[in-house]
Amino acid sequence: MKPLNKQNPVLVLVLGVCSALAVTAQIKPALVMGISVTIVTAFSNLIISLLRNGIPNRIRIIVQLVVVAALVIIVEQFLKAFAYDMWKQLSVFLGLIITNCILMGRLEAFALGNKPLDSFIDGIANGLGYSIVLLIVATVRELLGSGTLLGFTVIPRSFYEAGYVNNGLMILPPMALIVVACIIWVQRSINKDLQEK
Amino acid sequence: MEELINLFVKTVFIDNMIFAYFLGMCSYLAVSRTVKTSMGLGIAVTFVLLITVPVNYLLHTYILKEGAMSWISPTLAGIDLSFLSFILFIAIIASLVQIVEMVVEKFAPSLYAQLGIFLPLIAVNCAILGASLFMQQRNFNNVGEATVYALGSGVGWLLAILGMAAIREHIKYSKVPAPLKGLGITFIIAGLMGIAFMGFMGIKL
Repeated sequence: MKPLNKQNPVLVLVLGVCSALAVTAQIKPALVMGISVTIVTAFSNLIISLLRNGIPNRIRIIVQLVVVAALVIIVEQFLKAFAYDMWKQLSVFLGLIITNCILMGRLEAFALGNKPLDSFIDGIANGLGYSIVLLIVATVRELLGSGTLLGFTVIPRSFYEAGYVNNGLMILPPMALIVVACIIWVQRSINKDLQEK
Repeated sequence: MEELINLFVKTVFIDNMIFAYFLGMCSYLAVSRTVKTSMGLGIAVTFVLLITVPVNYLLHTYILKEGAMSWISPTLAGIDLSFLSFILFIAIIASLVQIVEMVVEKFAPSLYAQLGIFLPLIAVNCAILGASLFMQQRNFNNVGEATVYALGSGVGWLLAILGMAAIREHIKYSKVPAPLKGLGITFIIAGLMGIAFMGFMGIKL
């Protein structure tokens, strides 16, 4: 349960920030990205953990990268076949799951030294911790930026008639950083022990 | 020539790796504590980009692209291997980084002492793989363009991390709310720098 809050990969360990920010202008791509990362983390953790006694220490990084890259290709081809629009929208960022530091971080820190089942659960938990942050950021940005949730308009028309305007700034990339900063602020106000000196 | 300069300026300022695509964010946030180390990392990233992107470009054009293998024999023209690009790109990057590390260690020990700790990290830096994937998407005409693109991305990354490190060195003296200290304020600075960089977006080249 730790990866969801106190050991959250994005907010506390600063892993996997790159893709966390780029896909969060809307909820749908964020959701797909979160699921893809969870699947890849879980299975790469499982595979590396099964192989952990057979991998020579010196070349472990390349072995890990190959396992992860193979899994990402499977996910990518699956999306290309069944959700083509989503595949186009995520484009490069699907490939970038390979270099997502969450994966390497968990493989190095956990899967190399633990049993397969534990590693699998650890992978799922970290993937979920990542997805939660993605979803919060995407919800804030989509609601304020386009006035929609999952593509449905939620802000009543009367608001617009009264002069309410969508905040176009929220759609632009830099705002993702600031939204994450606000989440960190809230989270660290609640968990005082995480604050840096 | 003019086109190449345009491409360079465009990749440095308008399509900046960090502010427009958030690539290489992890090491950007983790290593930008002091100007000196960020300079080292920035140079190392530019260096590796300059080597890997042209190599991946050649790989993409002559082996992976649809119909690319027709130069070997016309019967191979129908083969499309582009689904293999992730795994081959990352393998090329990881092995090139390893080779670069060994060469630098042998021939330029002082440079190695400066870059040493960063080089292995770079293999998993999203900016490197990202640049290769964007190169694949944009269909450059020749190796020259791909090289200039790599140089531009590297310099853009270097500029961004230097600016961030300079600001972070100074922010030590200001009062930041306790929960925002460290990571939080870094995110906000990066966001504000990003907004500043968006000013370049209006430039048409």
